[in-house]
Amino acid sequence: MINKKNWPLFEIFIRSRQGLSHKHVGSLHAADAQMALENARDVYTRRQEGESIWVVPAEAIFSSSPDEKDSLFTPADDKIYRHPTFYDLPDAIKHM
Amino acid sequence: MEQHHGKYEYVLRIGDNALILGQRLGEWCGHGPILEEDIALTNLSLDLIGQARSLLSYAGELEGKGRDEDRIAFFRDTQQFRNVLLVEQPNGHFGDTIARQFYFDHFSWLFFDALQASNDEHLAAIAAKSLKEVTYHRRHSSEWVIRLGDGTAESHAKIQQSINDLWMFSGEMFTADDLDRSALAAGYGVNLDQIAAYWKQNVAGVLAQAGLTLPDSSWMQSGGKNGVHSEHLGFVLAEMQHLPRMYPDAQW
Repeated sequence: MINKKNWPLFEIFIRSRQGLSHKHVGSLHAADAQMALENARDVYTRRQEGESIWVVPAEAIFSSSPDEKDSLFTPADDKIYRHPTFYDLPDAIKHM
Repeated sequence: MEQHHGKYEYVLRIGDNALILGQRLGEWCGHGPILEEDIALTNLSLDLIGQARSLLSYAGELEGKGRDEDRIAFFRDTQQFRNVLLVEQPNGHFGDTIARQFYFDHFSWLFFDALQASNDEHLAAIAAKSLKEVTYHRRHSSEWVIRLGDGTAESHAKIQQSINDLWMFSGEMFTADDLDRSALAAGYGVNLDQIAAYWKQNVAGVLAQAGLTLPDSSWMQSGGKNGVHSEHLGFVLAEMQHLPRMYPDAQW
């Protein structure tokens, strides 16, 4: 049996047919990026979900910490004027 | 009529290869070495069974006795199967399965690529559809051969052994008999001599990349294409056929 202890974790991002950007869909283990791509194809695109796949080593992702939640995100709570709902968008602008 | 029967037998060979290998890979369901590979192997299995369905239902049409794909798959005995011996070999360990798949995928890719030029439109269409699937299969098994060959000392030794053990079943895929020759002459079959050279070149290339040695024995097993099978096929069929034979009119 293969020793999967040594297999790194990859985060998988798929761009759907209608989608404009890649979205995180989950993670999986693979020996390297190439195998991660193939595994992602088999695990996450069986039902025509995607047109493009990104695989990213999980360790390459530097993330915010839950401890920093207050300082990072709550200051935006009382600044609703930053939402674009106060402006009329011209019809010509798509994908907003 | 004779012409039609020949084509029926020819299509049966292609369909039985897909059916039996698909059934073999299905045995991995729930037993894969890791979750991702479990899904990968059963995906391959479903692709192959899909190919078998198209081919066997077409074989049924050619035969003209009113048998559909299920009738042909589930109500024939071992001597009536026309698959090569390679595909009925047991799964063994993961390396054995990969080596078997590696040999077959490289054959199948060249075969379907050539079959696209068949003067039988139905066969050409099945070939074009299958080729897309097999292109992925070939990539999957080749990548694994490289990783196992170029992996640890243990994985290297195991996959080399699997490559050696199954080598004697590789020749049958390319040994043209009267049926193959008449299919080629009639314009609907594939030139096996031609793809044999490419196969060896492609397989050798991947093995070299994997740091593995291409076996050099020229002694080959054969018989499957004419219904002379190893004892393994009987067990495959027993599992595959027992339900439809107990309940012949069962529906999904």
